[in-house]
Amino acid sequence: MASSCIAVDIAVPNRTRYLALVGNIAECLAKGLEAYSGDRDTLAFHLNLVLTEAAGNAIRHGSPANEERLLHICIEVRDDDLCIRVFDYGQGFDLDHLAPLDAGELEEGGRGILVMRALMDSVAYKKTEEGNVLEMRKKLA
Amino acid sequence: MKFTIDRSEERSILLVKEERIDAHNSGELKECLLNLLETGARLLVVALNEVRFIDSSGLGALLSGYKNANLRHARLVLVGVQPRVQSMFELTRLHQVFEIVDRVDDVVVSK
Repeated sequence: MASSCIAVDIAVPNRTRYLALVGNIAECLAKGLEAYSGDRDTLAFHLNLVLTEAAGNAIRHGSPANEERLLHICIEVRDDDLCIRVFDYGQGFDLDHLAPLDAGELEEGGRGILVMRALMDSVAYKKTEEGNVLEMRKKLA
Repeated sequence: MKFTIDRSEERSILLVKEERIDAHNSGELKECLLNLLETGARLLVVALNEVRFIDSSGLGALLSGYKNANLRHARLVLVGVQPRVQSMFELTRLHQVFEIVDRVDDVVVSK
């Protein structure tokens, strides 16, 4: 891929009604990656999905008592490195100590992380002084 | 969430009139399935023909309906599952859990 950098900052109200909007932004961005040699439609669907999962988690657990707070998301494509960051201001959690939910289990919740891990190369959750950030990375090669 | 319900003695058909099921409307779907089962649906067919996108909360709502149906000795069947929605079932291996058929007419009604 030719050297390039696209960075999109999104801030929307902390409400689930905006999940479709943020998912569609990721989908549009992926469809515009002309240098990507893979299936752009599939990539677009997958980015919509992982961003919907991550943003949904941030809305549910991030700052439920403060709906007026904005949900902040950054999507960056630098050459063939894709990085999506979703920020939240809640208690946070330890991604490595979540009870793993295997595919096919009948629990109603807990599949969001499974989906993100399946579709991205890495998923990490970090606590910082400014808040928590869920960071997902994928090599677009 | 937009939907229509077609109820007969034999079966209840819930046609989901949304392209997208996510955390914004999955709660309503869960409630609707529960309501149909609580009011006596024995064979509940969920038609997903118009749904192009489902996230894990949408799958959770369907799973809630599935488990609730089992508890009541009723059946929940999914029809009209579109390719990308099917890919979510396969990713989570829930296609092995749900009864999924192509069309409403393919649902075998137990006598």
